[in-house]
Amino acid sequence: MPTLIRWSDGVAHEAPDSFVAVDDDEPMPPGDVIVNMTRFQAEGDRLIGEGRRVGVRVQPNEAVEVLAYDLPRIAVVALVFPKFRDGRAYSAAMLLRTRLAYAGEVRAVGEVLLEQARFMIRCGFDAFEPADHTGAEDWDLAARRYRHVYQRAADTSSPAFQERAGA
Amino acid sequence: MYSYDDIDREMLIDRVAEFRAQCARRLAGEITEEQFKPIRLMNGLYLQLHAYMLRIAIPYGTLSSAQMRTLAHVARTYDRGYGHFTTRTNLQLHWIKLRDAPQILDDLATVGLHAIQTSGNCIRNLTADPLAGVAADEVDDPRIWAEAIRQWSTFHPEFSYLPRKFKIAVTAARRDRAATRIYDIGLRLHRAESGELAFEVLVGGGLGRIPYLGPTVRQSLPARHLLSYLQAILRVYNRHGRRDNIHKARIKVLVASLGAEEFTRQVEEEWDRTDKALVDLPDLELARIRANFAPSGFATLAPASAAFESAKAADHAFARFARNNIVAHKTPGYCAINISLKVPGETPGDCSAEQMDLVADLADRYSLDEIRVAYEQNLILPHVRLDDAPTVYAALAGAGLATANIGLISDIIACPGLDYCTLANARAIPVAQDIARRFADPDLAERIGELNIKISGCINACGHHHVGHIGILGVDKKGEEFYQLTLGGSGDDDAALGQILGPALPADRVTPAVDQLVQVYLRERRGEERFVETFRRTGLAPFKEAVYADAH
Repeated sequence: MPTLIRWSDGVAHEAPDSFVAVDDDEPMPPGDVIVNMTRFQAEGDRLIGEGRRVGVRVQPNEAVEVLAYDLPRIAVVALVFPKFRDGRAYSAAMLLRTRLAYAGEVRAVGEVLLEQARFMIRCGFDAFEPADHTGAEDWDLAARRYRHVYQRAADTSSPAFQERAGA
Repeated sequence: MYSYDDIDREMLIDRVAEFRAQCARRLAGEITEEQFKPIRLMNGLYLQLHAYMLRIAIPYGTLSSAQMRTLAHVARTYDRGYGHFTTRTNLQLHWIKLRDAPQILDDLATVGLHAIQTSGNCIRNLTADPLAGVAADEVDDPRIWAEAIRQWSTFHPEFSYLPRKFKIAVTAARRDRAATRIYDIGLRLHRAESGELAFEVLVGGGLGRIPYLGPTVRQSLPARHLLSYLQAILRVYNRHGRRDNIHKARIKVLVASLGAEEFTRQVEEEWDRTDKALVDLPDLELARIRANFAPSGFATLAPASAAFESAKAADHAFARFARNNIVAHKTPGYCAINISLKVPGETPGDCSAEQMDLVADLADRYSLDEIRVAYEQNLILPHVRLDDAPTVYAALAGAGLATANIGLISDIIACPGLDYCTLANARAIPVAQDIARRFADPDLAERIGELNIKISGCINACGHHHVGHIGILGVDKKGEEFYQLTLGGSGDDDAALGQILGPALPADRVTPAVDQLVQVYLRERRGEERFVETFRRTGLAPFKEAVYADAH
């Protein structure tokens, strides 16, 4: 089974990935799948009814709010970085976690690089398919490079102003 | 001024450690220049025509003496003994070696300086009114709010990969000395009718290829909600700003294409859904920041100074300096002294390590340990006793720092241009030098009065040419440098974009053309009219006629 990097309880580790990414024109394989938004809207009910876990792949120009009512039954939201410079998925992850209260897996796919590890984790991503051959150890180190943060995000880090207040 | 606590210091230490490891990987060949580029840019390190350039942040233009001495040390040790102050109040060193970069950042960190977010598609170093804490027309010290934004925007996880760079300017005075209408976000603090502090929020101003003056999206935002409102603006921009075309990626294009009204609606809708308490700073933290900017060290003095008045009477040169470079202070018996980095014939904004050291010493002794950098590429000693002004002047004069031309025709803004920059189409510095030499006679310059010339070496407009009373833009015509002149721009309260005078001129025609424009002004002006006011009354015609007469 292929693996991905998972971030949980403040640690990065390698984990098996049971999901198969399926394109719109591909036949549906058995087991856990990640499909595009349109395919999820057309086939999601049936797929979930078959007892498998289903994830949705969201492109940067698609609004995660569209999924609001489906989120409780979506196992993975895979946010796509077509280029590492395309930062729209950071806002999408923030919205999923802080506004839509999504508790499932938020996965970073596409041009996912080690240098962005910390920002992704802070915005609420908890699974990663790195495109730069980096491993869990690298991600663990990169995620811990800084002792402080200045602002609240979707993680549990206390912002500087809270540390200063002794809270 | 704001002094770093352990948290701020550890942020810098962690940043330098990270960058040191990244540089080592690059120097060892483990990562390519292509992979390294975004990393070095996040640390203000550009690869230019001749060498690496390091852009050091000077947040909202405020420096302590110790910080200025460290800048001098860095310029002397790792560069060629001078630095260049920019229109964004940063300091650029143009001759840096990659292997020195981590050590430079280490040295800077010892005094709370850094190069964080001086490049890249993130929220850049902030600018503020250079007369903060000095000007009588301010309702608050804008740096309190600028510092709050600095912290919030530093390593912001959601907004570090925006469609394009993002610049914010803050003023808290009636008169806009921070050019807030040409910024991605301009913030103007005032007292609302209720008596509480509120921001007028302008979004989508900017120069570059397509210049815009930012429209007001909210007239009166309660100051305590500043950060949550900024988050709403940045989130709308991050999600919907264009990413397909670098020239259309700034927020000004989004605001213009949606229209200010629709853009505002989207921001307000996002803001309404925001849990503001999670984003806005608690009062306790605002109070902590505020305490850092509380005036301290001022003596109780008489408003007038006999020493100052008698020095003016005795020395014409000092009297001229006082007229042009010294401005009033809200504290009786004090003044702010502008230090012009525009010696006619020299490079605008350049400052030698020795000059930086001298300014640091003077600030230490005479200006409550503070220095400001103004976007006009000059320095300011903000808190000098009038009694000490003649002494400070004499020391400045001895170091070539007493040019009495603030706001005058030779106080020219110029970007580094083709002498350094990979983006430039034409040189800017030699043009500035040539014009300044033509108007080096201080009597002539004073007779002409306030006249801002701004020069950019390319359409990116780092020299703010769109908002110069006379703007000069370098263009490339089949490999030859030409210059397009615009008239009537302003970045101040009377903000306006300049109008194109006519066809671009070859380099050797620029200074004569400026001369002709000045002659028209001197002929046409009524009473105390400034150049830009005469232009607005007469329009382009007489100016155009004079410059292009030969072409008929």
